[in-house]
Amino acid sequence: MSVTIEEVEAAAQKHPVAPYLRMDRMPHIWCPTCGIGTVMKCYAQALEEADVDMDKAAIVSGIGCTGRVAGYMNLDAFHSTHGRAIPFATGVKLGRPELLVTVFSGDGDLSGIGGNHFIHAARRNMDLLVILVNNFIYGMTGGQNAPTTPLTAKSSTMPFGNFEEPFNLPHLAASCGAVYVARWTCLHTRRLTKSFQEAIDRRGFRFIEVIAPCSTLYARLNRLGSGFDLMRFYHDSAEIKHGADPKEVGIDFQDKIICGKFIDEDRPAMHERMDAHYKKVLGDKYVPMPPEGGWLHE
Amino acid sequence: MKYWRKPLDFDEVKIPHGEVHIIAERCKGCGFCVEYCPKDVLEMSEEFNRKGYHPPKVVKEGECVNCSLCEMICPDFAIYSVELPDVKTEPDGAQAVAGDGS
Repeated sequence: MSVTIEEVEAAAQKHPVAPYLRMDRMPHIWCPTCGIGTVMKCYAQALEEADVDMDKAAIVSGIGCTGRVAGYMNLDAFHSTHGRAIPFATGVKLGRPELLVTVFSGDGDLSGIGGNHFIHAARRNMDLLVILVNNFIYGMTGGQNAPTTPLTAKSSTMPFGNFEEPFNLPHLAASCGAVYVARWTCLHTRRLTKSFQEAIDRRGFRFIEVIAPCSTLYARLNRLGSGFDLMRFYHDSAEIKHGADPKEVGIDFQDKIICGKFIDEDRPAMHERMDAHYKKVLGDKYVPMPPEGGWLHE
Repeated sequence: MKYWRKPLDFDEVKIPHGEVHIIAERCKGCGFCVEYCPKDVLEMSEEFNRKGYHPPKVVKEGECVNCSLCEMICPDFAIYSVELPDVKTEPDGAQAVAGDGS
């Protein structure tokens, strides 16, 4: 009834999401009990269930642990510079409007280094799916204080506890104008997959925050055990509240995590507005980007 | 369990059976699959893989219901379940559950 597999390469190709991953690059670099692999699995599953054409999907990520996702997905991928995932994705979207462009990056990359790009992409309602994996710390560089580190949590640059107010990311995205805002932990695999699927079908700036355990730095510096203990903690303290006011979903240190879909509305995306505006102003002189894509075709 | 009622379509429901595939060399021994398997099919083994981690092993043969939760939660793409097409023990399993429920 069970099979323990010795021929790793052959078996890996039989994994249900193997067509969506670069199995030759596995095993990945993430630590044991890190949650990023689970989030990537959910995203691959969502692509499969939403029946997305893999030639019409692109993934862009920045630097950091989560930034490695672009290298592991079997899509057209771009591993951009630190914090600049959203500007690169904006360029991809404007050049090839028919693509599903996903930005997959970490909290330090998107809300810290690239915070300005994040708020302006949300303001302009760029047609991007932004997946932010939040582990409350700068993981790859050694556990420095991130803009999402909760109050009183310890990090390697704040060994006596953090005293800076952290970002409430769903509130930030919602107040800047994102049309779809959700938050899950990486324990909610089914709901997260469903949320990814929903977001793939929407248009506009879609923001999904995923809380993931960081065993090597966040859990170790705060003496929270391993990532496994953090998963147990999510199990006990995550609370699902759909439609909750994003203002009230901030995360305190080892306090309850409010999950759910907070915002789901409809607003024209940037390229739609651009087309409508230029058609009105320029009339026949304006040649919009054709819906089947830009000029760079094979 | 006296509030537990028998579902109306109980006779039609077939409990699926799955086969767990474990890619032991990919495992990093996090234990998520063991913890979250709803049927407690898995257990950490005493053996090491080549990287020095303990991969899981199946201890309850034939109890997997192919929910794929281990596959969803595994961060290392090291485990997946495949549905078995036809299992002869299915009627016995269904009767056992009915006996518990009544």
